[in-house]
Amino acid sequence: MGLVPVPLAIEIGLARAAARLSRLVGAGGGTTVPGKLLWKLDPGAVDRLAARLPRGSALISATNGKTTTAAMVARILEPSRRLAHNRAGANLVSGVASALVAAQDAELGLFEVDEAALPEVARRVRPRAVSLANLFRDQLDRYGELELVAARWREMARSLATNATLVVNGDDPQLGDLAGERPGSVVFGLDDPRHASPELQHAADSKWCVRCGTPYDYAAAYIGHLGDYRCPSCGNARPPLDVVAREIELNGLESSSFSLVVPEGTRRIELQMPGLYNVYNALAAAALSRALGASLADVQAGLQGFSAAFGRFERIRMDERSLLVLLIKNPAGANEVVRTLVAGAPPRLLLIALNDEIADGRDVSWIWDVDFEPLLGSLERLIATGERAAELALRFKYAGLAPDAIEVVPSLEAALDRGLELTPPGEELAALPTYTAMLDLRALVAARGHARPYWEDAA
Amino acid sequence: MRIVVGHLFPDYLNIYADRGNMAVLARRAQWRGHELEVRALGQGERVQPGEHDLFYVGGGQDREQELIAPALAALGPALQEAIAGGAAALAVCGGYQLFGRFYRDQSGDELPGAGLLPLHTVAGERRMIGDVLLECELEPGSPQTLAGFENHAGRTILEDGALPLGRVVAGFGNDGQSGFEGCRSGRVLGTYLHGPLLPRNPWLADWLLTQAIAHRSGEPPELDPLPDELEAEAHDVSAERARTRGGRF
Repeated sequence: MGLVPVPLAIEIGLARAAARLSRLVGAGGGTTVPGKLLWKLDPGAVDRLAARLPRGSALISATNGKTTTAAMVARILEPSRRLAHNRAGANLVSGVASALVAAQDAELGLFEVDEAALPEVARRVRPRAVSLANLFRDQLDRYGELELVAARWREMARSLATNATLVVNGDDPQLGDLAGERPGSVVFGLDDPRHASPELQHAADSKWCVRCGTPYDYAAAYIGHLGDYRCPSCGNARPPLDVVAREIELNGLESSSFSLVVPEGTRRIELQMPGLYNVYNALAAAALSRALGASLADVQAGLQGFSAAFGRFERIRMDERSLLVLLIKNPAGANEVVRTLVAGAPPRLLLIALNDEIADGRDVSWIWDVDFEPLLGSLERLIATGERAAELALRFKYAGLAPDAIEVVPSLEAALDRGLELTPPGEELAALPTYTAMLDLRALVAARGHARPYWEDAA
Repeated sequence: MRIVVGHLFPDYLNIYADRGNMAVLARRAQWRGHELEVRALGQGERVQPGEHDLFYVGGGQDREQELIAPALAALGPALQEAIAGGAAALAVCGGYQLFGRFYRDQSGDELPGAGLLPLHTVAGERRMIGDVLLECELEPGSPQTLAGFENHAGRTILEDGALPLGRVVAGFGNDGQSGFEGCRSGRVLGTYLHGPLLPRNPWLADWLLTQAIAHRSGEPPELDPLPDELEAEAHDVSAERARTRGGRF
């Protein structure tokens, strides 16, 4: 440790003590406390800690899938490298700082980063690789308009070190366009029109040509505006793909599989996670891991050994029943959760929890842009809970669900008990919480001894 | 009775849950035994006199508003004629701005407006974002409240003598300082309150339906009351949010 300047060592000691204190007083996981303290003491410490990582750092950003993708990359790389990884999803500068403080012997930094925080984190951490997977409308009250985030990402991509690798989802027009500016970028995408939507979803955002504003023609639209697009006016189109998913099979709520095609070969990947969005996450993880030196065999083993990231698609045993937790936070992500549920076992009972804290988005308008309608065919009872339970109930009432099929139970604990009461033994209760409701739900379940608190998962 | 809503440029101006407002109008008409049809008015389409009973325009992102502003402005005279003939209109957020005379962005460039409301909008530095609560009185003697959410960089300035939609109880409103929000010119309403405006303020949905049915049938209807307990609860939570955390400079 002789290389550590003394003040930094002292700062790290203080920051770690703060994390322990935070857990001791029950204030939560302490996943951001040390970083916030370090940040206050010396903002430049983040830069210096990152600079000490012998294998550098990789950053992952996206509207949807950051936590899952980062967890997949960790699974792929962990057998061979010691990681500093903000596993619990604390993804602002302070969360990255905390992960750096917590993993002093790490070789490689692996950080999921909030969309708005990405430019600053990239400036401080100076990553060797950055993965950008999608941009959807999300919490416009917090992030501003999508175009603004895209413009900041473009600036960030231009200021990356020349030897850094940019990994982008070519299916997103805003991101595919970045690859054209930066030779050597790695482009991933889907190539299986059998899984295309019959039409662009309501939540499709970047559907106008990034160059000339003409509506794109889609040979296939997979999720929102992600797909195989071409501008009929100026010719701007999806760039050639380097890392491709073909022959995708979706097995309801259980699993999915696809052929991962890269220049050096093809591997069949059996994922223990459902849904097309997890195929995208796996593809992003494969592309980034390869850029960080992982072999195709490592990628396959890591992806196949992966089950779920915290709260994203988590099955929790609750004695004779199980609880399936599916995070929802914006229209594009929630649409895929709905699509996956309906393709699996269309649920007769659902618990949906809508909060409106800063981390959820204070503006709850977004629930009206989600396509919940496919659930109506099977849904017999909705338990609407959370701080804005009544608002959520209205969403379903005006979609056509019978008013007596809707129970408004604002208390999350009472709603969970009601849901479990209505779930026959041996069956599963599906719960769709927003972010802070997911944290609360997990805390409730943990307090009953069924799941570990998130800071233990993160440790 | 069958009433027809003209939804202006839904492909471009749909960022904040506008279809929720459409769903509320359609259901509340249906529950009273009427049929409401929503017809999208896209680029290149024309407004035939008498065809529509109500017009709706929502909000978009800056880029989409730039792409569509000239087409909306070109429809201005036809919309004006339809409104003079008794149709009503609700313009929300970006659509509210484009229903005015013009929108001037931060670089000084101007987007043309449809000229249906006596106002103009100038982009400001800080966005005005937060929960908002208004008091309004569309019908003399029956004061109401509107609870919603606003998110706009534009400062909207009403011309002398123009009527606001309501008085700001909590939140920013048109420009963050006048104490007023929105604009009303006869049966044309404009507001920054976006998203699920009508679900949690069903009296406004019913006011619009009343105008639309009156246009179609020639006389104002008596709409049966509906069980609106959930709507009232959603309104009250939203209003409380505005009181405790509504925006102010």
